[in-house]
Amino acid sequence: MINYIYLAVILPLIGFLINGLFGRKIKNEIIIGIIGSSTVGIAFLVSLGAFLQTLSLPVDQRANTVELFTWLSANGLNIKFAYLVDQLSLTMSLIVTGVGFLIHVYSIGYMHGDKGYWRFFAYLNLFIFAMMNLVLGDNFVVLFLGWEGVGLCSYLLIGFWYDKKFEKSTTADAAKKAFIVNRIGDFGFLLGMFLIYYTFDSLNFHEVFSKAQSLSINETTFSLIALFLFIGATGKSAQIPLYVWLPDAMAGPTPVSALIHAATMVTAGVYMVSRASILFASAPAIMMLVAVIGLLTALFAASIGLVQNDIKKVLAYSTISQLGYMFLAAGVGAFSASIFHVMTHAFFKALLFLGAGSVIHGMHEEQNIQHYGGLKKYMPKTYATFLIAALAISGFPGLSGFFSKDEILWYAYANGGFVFWLIGALTAMLTAFYIFRLFSLTFLGEERFDHHKIHPHESPSVMTIPLIILAVLSVIGGYVGIPEVFSGENGNLFEKWLAPIYEPAEQKIMHYGFHTHTQEILLMAISIILALSAIYFALYIYTKNKNITENISNRFRKFYNLLLNKYYVDEIYDAAVVNPIKIGSEKVLWKFTDSFIIDGIVNGAAKIIAVISEYIRKIQTGIAQFYAIVIVAGIAAVLLWIILSL
Amino acid sequence: MSSIPIEYYLILSAFMFIVGVIGVLIRRNAIVVFMCIELMLNSANLALVTFSSYLGNPAGQVFVFFVMTVAAAEAAVGLAIIIAIFRNKMTVNIDEINIFKW
Repeated sequence: MINYIYLAVILPLIGFLINGLFGRKIKNEIIIGIIGSSTVGIAFLVSLGAFLQTLSLPVDQRANTVELFTWLSANGLNIKFAYLVDQLSLTMSLIVTGVGFLIHVYSIGYMHGDKGYWRFFAYLNLFIFAMMNLVLGDNFVVLFLGWEGVGLCSYLLIGFWYDKKFEKSTTADAAKKAFIVNRIGDFGFLLGMFLIYYTFDSLNFHEVFSKAQSLSINETTFSLIALFLFIGATGKSAQIPLYVWLPDAMAGPTPVSALIHAATMVTAGVYMVSRASILFASAPAIMMLVAVIGLLTALFAASIGLVQNDIKKVLAYSTISQLGYMFLAAGVGAFSASIFHVMTHAFFKALLFLGAGSVIHGMHEEQNIQHYGGLKKYMPKTYATFLIAALAISGFPGLSGFFSKDEILWYAYANGGFVFWLIGALTAMLTAFYIFRLFSLTFLGEERFDHHKIHPHESPSVMTIPLIILAVLSVIGGYVGIPEVFSGENGNLFEKWLAPIYEPAEQKIMHYGFHTHTQEILLMAISIILALSAIYFALYIYTKNKNITENISNRFRKFYNLLLNKYYVDEIYDAAVVNPIKIGSEKVLWKFTDSFIIDGIVNGAAKIIAVISEYIRKIQTGIAQFYAIVIVAGIAAVLLWIILSL
Repeated sequence: MSSIPIEYYLILSAFMFIVGVIGVLIRRNAIVVFMCIELMLNSANLALVTFSSYLGNPAGQVFVFFVMTVAAAEAAVGLAIIIAIFRNKMTVNIDEINIFKW
């Protein structure tokens, strides 16, 4: 199946073309939904086949290239359109198509009755196509094709309900914000690619990475390359300082938030850093930067998530926070742990979003968690699956999030130091708190909605079955990566599977000292206690004793407002970047440069011609004899000239 | 015949041409202007015939036939235009016919 991997990319494209071109005519929602879902489903099976085949190969033959055609060929620059099928790309493509398929199926129910039904499935399929190019590409250019493609689909899907109000503006503004902020990151990524080509004379992964090992290149170059690539990653994966677009991306339909803005697209940056691990590992300063940015983002976003009231906003900040974890892992050199977290996060965060979608669906588009409450008895399936996802993200022992999060925390401690671990563990505690705050306010406690207007109901099974499958994955997904301390001789299977990808990087990363299993278990125990106490605390104050929340928010009113307003980052960006650009564009570029200088030159030229012609046109007297005189005079002059020059 | 030197013919031709040019420039009646143009054409014909005879090359005389043919056609068209103008403006004074201006 490895050689047929391109089918996994082409099929969603075909689905996009069918639904995009003929969807309006098909009209039947079921047929559109089946076309959209089945193409992704088959893509998943193809990926699975390739995965099983790769698994049966010996370890040193597991990286295969599937060449399709030469894309660009110009004077030494030779870009092949080729897919790299190896451990990393297969892991990512299984996540993308697997979770993608479930979300497609879910959307059949969720988008029921929407006037843009066919458009929605067309965009989703296009997204899968772009994302598969991103993860399977054999060189930076194909990766970039997918990178830009997913950005486009993200834009299209955030603004899917383009006529709908969103906060103070419209969803179209949210879409533009996402696209523009992403462009800033993309610019960094492009610079990184240029520098890679300039340094290594190639953009092919294999060539670049092997040259990065063999050639002697100074660290500054590596640092610049890694820095530029990381700027790209901060844009796509919503890290400080470019994370501001992701909360606004919640303007899109909920399945989009689940697929693009939680499970897959936003992890593209993590994938890219992981893919280019050798380049990052060769630049220790940038590795440190990645880890610090990841850590800060994780803490920062988690603290905002504590007080938000929009169910999707809480999950959005949670996503940013979890992405911060992944970058923390990558930054301390635990690349396989970061990809492991990408996988488990894809399961439980997709589940959280889809659960939230199910709640929003059942509550007639109400998104404020203060207006929920006691939904447990109305939506038992959503309740149960949401609980599993909430436990998983909190790091409840035995669930998938526990394994990946503790792996990251352990590496943060082992390679980064105690402070890294401490902040990471604190963030984990905050995570457990805000997610159970969300959970309690939604499903437990008294019912705070208007019974006459809103009649909560469970979603149809086309929506709940994907929830159940994701819940199962959220539970068992972690068992592929049981840390060495528990599994003994076998070691961490997930880490072993990905190890060959990171082998060159491993050699360059500095490991601090020696750490024992006792330490690992001790730290794990502490983080479990922190998480469980946070869960208990959240459940207690949001169901039993409401006064405590009032007291706390009153006592720390200033800090509470700071969090509620998201540290005023949007306002700061508006004042520091957006408004200066707007004012500069209006006053300098438009009013002065365009209206005054450019229009002035163009209109001025026309005016000068008009003034001159006003006088010159008098020559045209209309009297034939005057013209004859001019002709005779002309001939006389010519004759005179000829005679004189003889 | 041959006793008359070529200069005489050429001077006559030039004189006729100058008369034509001056007529075109100073007369107001379109028909007179038209006749002056014919005069210029005929002076050119005379020069052609003169040189043809002087150089013993008949090509010049052939040219003259062509010029006469064209002049005849042109006279017909020109007179027709003048009549058409007269019918419209009740005048053939060309300084009064000056509508093609700014």
